[in-house]
Amino acid sequence: MLEGFLPILVLIAVAALLCTVMVTLSWVLGPKKKTPYKAAVYECGVAPFGDANERVPVKFYLVAILFVLFDIEVVFLWSWLTVFKSGTTDQMIFSGAAVLIYLLLWILGDAYALKVNAIDWDEATSIAPEKLRDTPAYFESTEEADAGLSTVGGAQ
Amino acid sequence: MLKWLEYMSEGNPGFLGVSDSIWLSLIKVVLLIMPSLALVPGLIWWERRLLSWMQDRIGPNLSGTFTRKDGKRIFTFGLLQPLLDGVKLFLKEDVTPGGIKKDKAIYFIAPALALFPAFAIGGTLPWGPTVGLDGGPGLIGYLTPLADVEIGLLYVLAISSLGAYGLVLAGYASNNKYSLMGAIRASAQLISYELAMGMALAAIVLATGSLRMSDMVNVQMEAFWGIGGLEWLQNWFIFTPYGFVAAIIFLIALVAETNRAPFDLPEAENELIAGYHTEYSSMKFAVFFMGEYAAMFMLSGVFATVFLGGFNLLPLNFDELAASASGPMVGFFEFLHKTAYWTGPLVFLAKCWGGITFFIWLRATLPRLRYDQLMGLGWKSLLPAAVANFMVVGIWMIGQRLWGTAGGLGAAAAAIAIVVVLYLNIVASSKKANDPLLKRTVDMVDPGSSRTVTMVDTKEA
Repeated sequence: MLEGFLPILVLIAVAALLCTVMVTLSWVLGPKKKTPYKAAVYECGVAPFGDANERVPVKFYLVAILFVLFDIEVVFLWSWLTVFKSGTTDQMIFSGAAVLIYLLLWILGDAYALKVNAIDWDEATSIAPEKLRDTPAYFESTEEADAGLSTVGGAQ
Repeated sequence: MLKWLEYMSEGNPGFLGVSDSIWLSLIKVVLLIMPSLALVPGLIWWERRLLSWMQDRIGPNLSGTFTRKDGKRIFTFGLLQPLLDGVKLFLKEDVTPGGIKKDKAIYFIAPALALFPAFAIGGTLPWGPTVGLDGGPGLIGYLTPLADVEIGLLYVLAISSLGAYGLVLAGYASNNKYSLMGAIRASAQLISYELAMGMALAAIVLATGSLRMSDMVNVQMEAFWGIGGLEWLQNWFIFTPYGFVAAIIFLIALVAETNRAPFDLPEAENELIAGYHTEYSSMKFAVFFMGEYAAMFMLSGVFATVFLGGFNLLPLNFDELAASASGPMVGFFEFLHKTAYWTGPLVFLAKCWGGITFFIWLRATLPRLRYDQLMGLGWKSLLPAAVANFMVVGIWMIGQRLWGTAGGLGAAAAAIAIVVVLYLNIVASSKKANDPLLKRTVDMVDPGSSRTVTMVDTKEA
């Protein structure tokens, strides 16, 4: 049964070899002259500060978790997909109804994720500066926020 | 040659003591990888020229111009430009920035990881007719697909999602804030659109009843909408209501999966320098682009196979037409049937080319999405639409089994309703996103004269 996968193994070997050659060749062929400026981290030409391996918004983690949940739910469907068409009418109706119920659960989960704004990114504050009002890091009090917001972008 | 291929496929111990089936696999692999490798420079040339024409420029047209002894110049339309770029990149210095201390190995192999899936994805793709003129495998059938395994489409999905690793590891290992940002964006974007992509394909698998790629094409060569008497018209999935919806969802997800405009946020030049490949130089930098173009090429092939009838130029079954025709038309249709068989691979190539032209057209036409719009489109519009489409296909198939074609037509109406809902959904979400922009107020203070200028953008302004 697994003989059918032999060409795929050969393909993977050839592809891996090609990728390795591509990546290594310029390392072998190119000149090597190190200078401090060349070796510096390129952050828009400004002198880089701090380490880049910082914390990132937790929202991305949430997206990954949601992906794992929904993708695993889809994985359960794949085996059913191939047998649905070849079944008898009774099997078709029964398994179709079962999958519909399963998908309703799926939709419930998706609706919940949407309702709790799990994948809503904030609008950029440059587009809605009034959102800065409630950001404690920016303003000590609401009065200061109101005063500051009237001159967003200006020097005091 | 046919005899030779037949002998090879029997798996005899052959040349150099290595089994013949391995040699045959190598031939198939070369036939699959060589076009994608050789066409990448051509694709880059085509993209640059086409973009230039769309933007009223000329584009690269002079490199590779030779002057003969009598002073006459031979133009090659700039076709050599990408090749020269490639040679130059191979000979450039491979800089590893000093900021990379502990992740040097990851930094080194990340471009290879990004290129690898682009080559491996075509493993199950039938690029020519798998059924010969006499009903046997035929000459092309021995060479394609590489491996006609039962899990063909699942293999494509699995390998295409491997592409995320290359981008994420490249951005993470670069130790650059912009690269990290690009990598995180890339991972979130790829996994978000993969769901919609998988669900869109699930609907098609449900209608096909098989994951085998050659079955996918052969099912599309059956009668149109399963109507008796229409056997001469092929049932391409893009012509069926559910297939049309799935095709649009799959196409949008495809553009997002390959990080192409308007979904090129991971490498947005004016926000993130170059995103995950900011710190890469020489051929390593170019390998990311090779991966992108090769993946575009191969995924266009997947789109053509699943939705556009694969290697068929026209949705017509010429053998059925020949069977029903009379007089001189029989010979004409038989000639067309033979021609369609032998031009199959070329037609498939042309379809891939058409898909890439569509990608380039999108890049010239659409502005880049904002990040919240990107996530909103993936999760709130495409995914629900794909799931609804999937459920409609299931109901349609039960309806067709119970009440014949009428049930299928009822589902057609439902699918059209889905398209309308999808359209309204996208319109509503884009309107909501634009609202703050329409009433935006920006106050600018001139510190010298303490003069305040208020700028108000409104719909009327």
